Amino acid sequence: MRREPARTLSDHLPVIFPALMLLVFFVIPFGIMIAVSFFQREQGGFYTPDFVLSNYARFLSSFFGGVLSFSLLLAMAVAVCCVVLAFPFTYFLTCRTRRVQIAWLVGLLSVLSLSEVIIGFAWSTLFSRTAGISNLFVALGLMEQPTALLPGFGAVLTGMVYQALPYTILVLYPALVRLEPTLLEASRTLGASPLRGFFDIVIPALRNTIVATLIMVFVFALGSYLLPQILGRPQHWTLSVLITDQAIYQSNMPFAAAMAVFLVLISLALVGLTLLVGGRKDLTA
Amino acid sequence: MSGLTLEAVSKQFGDLTAVDDVTLSVPHGTFVCLLGPSGCGKTTLLRMIAGLEDPSGGRLVLDNSDITAVPTHKRDFGMVFQSLALFPHLSVGENIAYALRIRGTPKADQAKRVEELLELVHLPGHADRPVSKLSGGQRQRVAIARALAVSPRLFLLDEPLSALDAKLREAMQVELRQLQQKLGITTIVVTHDQREAMTMADLVVVMGEGRIRQAAPPVEIYRKPADSFVADFIGSTNLLEIARDGSGGAIFAGKAIPGLALPSGLDRARLSIRPEDVQLTAPGNGSLTGRVTFLRDLGGTVETFIKVAGTTLTAVSTPRERPDVTAGDDIGVALPAEACVVLKE
Repeated sequence: MRREPARTLSDHLPVIFPALMLLVFFVIPFGIMIAVSFFQREQGGFYTPDFVLSNYARFLSSFFGGVLSFSLLLAMAVAVCCVVLAFPFTYFLTCRTRRVQIAWLVGLLSVLSLSEVIIGFAWSTLFSRTAGISNLFVALGLMEQPTALLPGFGAVLTGMVYQALPYTILVLYPALVRLEPTLLEASRTLGASPLRGFFDIVIPALRNTIVATLIMVFVFALGSYLLPQILGRPQHWTLSVLITDQAIYQSNMPFAAAMAVFLVLISLALVGLTLLVGGRKDLTA
Repeated sequence: MSGLTLEAVSKQFGDLTAVDDVTLSVPHGTFVCLLGPSGCGKTTLLRMIAGLEDPSGGRLVLDNSDITAVPTHKRDFGMVFQSLALFPHLSVGENIAYALRIRGTPKADQAKRVEELLELVHLPGHADRPVSKLSGGQRQRVAIARALAVSPRLFLLDEPLSALDAKLREAMQVELRQLQQKLGITTIVVTHDQREAMTMADLVVVMGEGRIRQAAPPVEIYRKPADSFVADFIGSTNLLEIARDGSGGAIFAGKAIPGLALPSGLDRARLSIRPEDVQLTAPGNGSLTGRVTFLRDLGGTVETFIKVAGTTLTAVSTPRERPDVTAGDDIGVALPAEACVVLKE
């Protein structure tokens, strides 16, 4: 279907309101942040308008470089874990009856209603030495004595995967439901075992969906701020934690802004790269 | 016996019996059409033959070995799905070569076989095209070529031509039949289109409500339908209520049909006569007299609707034999006994 180009003011009206909202609440604040990132910080005070690159220069130290790469790696690890776990799960979910599917989806939606704080403290209890799951393993005879499983990278990763998994499933679900079931059947009649057909046909047919989901979870995990602090050691803190620290506790707004701008640029670049490697423009398929 | 045998095969989905005690023998090299209205169990039966559904009861025997428990991917059957199910991320050549790739055929042999198959379905040189760039008829051919890649023991097609427009469908029916005769491969096609079945099949299996109503060569199905369901489903027919008179003759609308007898014990029956077998004469000359209610002149054929004692009969004639009547006229009707088929109720 082709649409006529909008001509009169009333044709444009439906777009004006969202455009204004976007301008006022995203473009302008983001512009201010970019401007502030070039400002001069005043010791003990706030900042004065200027144009200096020192905020960015400071950022290129090995410490901040390390934190940035850790944040990116953590977000990637969360994205990959989520998709690897969620894809087969969602696939088998779509093979169930409608009633079972709805029960699962409602359950997943209710997980989304938990706040990050609750998720963080719930996992910190589960991973603790005194009340955690290691006690269960001891009871089952799998472990010698209860141990604390946190703080640590595994704990951070688990918490973040737990938080992002419902989103991942809900994003994958529509595409998997619409997947032609005869595709897998066709591969079976051609001699592929169900497992082989899954890897040969189902996954490649949904490549665009998988790439889009990876990007979504990656971006979602990149902004994580609370869970790394609750479940991890300081070396597991993400850039978001440092930005907050600089902005609020060190009142170094220009440096915090520079880090935020840099984080946005890096993640945009990574998303672009993924799309390039993914090879297709059409992500909605 | 070489070929496929179904022994009392049935399939239940919960309370619903989709396929009910089907026994059928398909000799090697036969072209079989499973024909019936939607929901008659024909697709379920085909899916059981393919191994995509497990039968609730009965056995499938192919060339004297029981294949009921053999999983789909070890049956070596080729199947064309109604949706075609071409793999969207693979090219035409990769789609066709998929079965060969799984069997570890060397790349060079794969390419040779793909070209051979494309030649067979009249699409030479299309191997590198993406499937999304093909027309409906071309996709159809690719699906057929893909199913034939490893010379399957059985060639199964589920409503393969239903997505094509009428003209292309007719052409493909002829092509599919010629292809099957060339390869001599045992083929089972599911269809709801009786023209398609008549065009292609050696053996037409008419199904209704999960059961086989009649399995016979196409012309026999048309000329000698086993019951009124088959008579009504295959082509168009006139179904008339007839009774037996004292001497065993058949009576319709109070008049005897000359030369037609009803077996003793059968007091009432149903008679099927094809519209092209109904003879029209001047009023008074036929055994029956009726009134013309409508004339449908289609150019190639003329259909005359005649009301005889409350029953409307249809007669089809060529323009040359067109009766010289208009709606409202009286007309004589004769029902030749050799064209009448007596059906049990």
